Amino acid sequence: MTPPSDQELIDFVIREARLIDQHRFDEWLDLFDDDGIYWMPLEWGQTDARLTASLMHEDKLLLTIRVERLKGNRTFSQKPKSRCHHVLQTPQIDKRDEAANEYVTWTPMHYIETRYDDQQLYAAWATHTLKAVDGRLKIKLKRVDLVNSEAAFGNIQLFM
Amino acid sequence: MSKYRGNLEAVRNLVRPTEVHRDVYIDEEVFQLEMEHLFANAWVYVGHDSQVPNPGDYYGTTIGLQPILMVRHTDNTVKVLYNRCPHKGTRITTETCGNAGKYFRCPYHAWSFKTDGSLLAIPLRKGYENTGLEDSHAAKGMSPVRHVHSYRGFIFAKLNDVGPGFEEFFGESLSSFDNMVDRSPGGRLEVAGGVLRYMHNCNWKMLVENQTDTCHPMVAHESSAGTAIEVWKNAPPGTKKPMAVEIYAPFMSSYEFFENMGIRVWPNGHGHTGVHHSIHSDYSAIPGYYEKMVAAYGEARAQAILGENRHNTCYFPNLMIKGPIQLIRLFKPLAANKTLVESWTFRLVDAPDMLLERTLMYNRLINAPTSVVGHDDLEMYERAQEGLHVDANQWVNVQRLYRADEKPDVTAETNGTTEWQMRNQFSAWAKYMALSMGGHVA
Repeated sequence: MTPPSDQELIDFVIREARLIDQHRFDEWLDLFDDDGIYWMPLEWGQTDARLTASLMHEDKLLLTIRVERLKGNRTFSQKPKSRCHHVLQTPQIDKRDEAANEYVTWTPMHYIETRYDDQQLYAAWATHTLKAVDGRLKIKLKRVDLVNSEAAFGNIQLFM
Repeated sequence: MSKYRGNLEAVRNLVRPTEVHRDVYIDEEVFQLEMEHLFANAWVYVGHDSQVPNPGDYYGTTIGLQPILMVRHTDNTVKVLYNRCPHKGTRITTETCGNAGKYFRCPYHAWSFKTDGSLLAIPLRKGYENTGLEDSHAAKGMSPVRHVHSYRGFIFAKLNDVGPGFEEFFGESLSSFDNMVDRSPGGRLEVAGGVLRYMHNCNWKMLVENQTDTCHPMVAHESSAGTAIEVWKNAPPGTKKPMAVEIYAPFMSSYEFFENMGIRVWPNGHGHTGVHHSIHSDYSAIPGYYEKMVAAYGEARAQAILGENRHNTCYFPNLMIKGPIQLIRLFKPLAANKTLVESWTFRLVDAPDMLLERTLMYNRLINAPTSVVGHDDLEMYERAQEGLHVDANQWVNVQRLYRADEKPDVTAETNGTTEWQMRNQFSAWAKYMALSMGGHVA
């Protein structure tokens, strides 16, 4: 199999954000490898997710629960639904390890989440660790570091 | 024209045996009076002594709206000081926590203070000669909070002189702290993992009441815990139930489960759910933990400690603790319609790391601003904060399982779906508001 080009890695990260913005959450979930993790650390430069608190550290089961919940008729915190919007810088390729089938991109971004009259702006860096599986890229780890990760936030209901 | 200030009668009339007036949640004047009276007359949680292990270590926080800091003094006791320079009012601490060394030094004019707050030195001191500085407020240094008590590492303080002493205020309710600390084979807790901070656009008391509201989980959390159960049903047969599902699923327990788990009320507004069992009772055993407990306490005592699975213990006015999972939540009032919720986690000294791992997972899944269970609850609080502006009905009902012979300030065990603990809190609310409001005390 041909290793993914830099442009394919970039396109993948950009499409991933688009699927979230368009509420195509089932397609988005499908981007994760079976053992994929979505991680939002609590601390600046955090290295440990097990014995240090995180805002989110979720495997595919927990992400599926979130996605199914968003569809629920009795999910009152989503009546009306939140909407979101990503503005990404061009993803930078931090690592290409073809032998290990591991590719890491780094993407500074602004993320907006809105519901009713409320609109919140978040600034973050997304780090994607990707691998190729059967000719398709999959997410091993999506790490989102908020610039102000320790701040007291209100509800963050969708995905950055 | 003040409606409530200087009018104890009006404040008292906000609380009836089975309902409370909406102004306790939405009126800014009532909120200000809570800050001046209730939060000054009650023993309020400050922090844990493991946050300041060494002399000079400090941690800045608030009691009500008052900025304070706790600090480990050179004599190894923990002091609580108001966090302002006596000179111009500058906040003394530069970080939320850190080490001051032997003394605090104000970053504005370099006045310095011993870690008990007393004035140590002023640059160019001769400029104060013959000015009478020694009689000023400034010369007294940083004002100490006089009433400070440490209970098994948990530091509480009371700002005013009125009101009961620590032991009288908490009484038997301290047994919930005992159980949390006893769960450590080393008999000690340490703050660990990091604090989750979650901003709520609602009154602080809505959060406190929710802690013993056992008729909401199966309704409000159907979206999160109910979905977790549904999604888990699709797992291949024989898959081990993950820790996360063990945490989510019990929120969907039946009314009967919550009725039978029981509620205990104590004097002064304290109380807890989960007298007989709780949503924390059926977690999988953590390998190696029970053996360590038996080694530390003996089999009978270890079983007694671990057999106690209290759910939420509310310490009036604004603290909730979960002994079985070593987690506390502090509901910090910011305004009538704004509350900062801090959720702190603890390591059981000498216990396997996996206990802290589970505690942190629980905190992340239930108490984070990114938590779906948190989203369920906050939606209800914010709807209530809005709905309470309806003039047609200005009362909130807390009548469930009320009995006409119900007495305030008693210890009692009862049905787990009672709203007695909410009534108990409001009874204490009226009492601790009144202590320093003047006027006739009934």
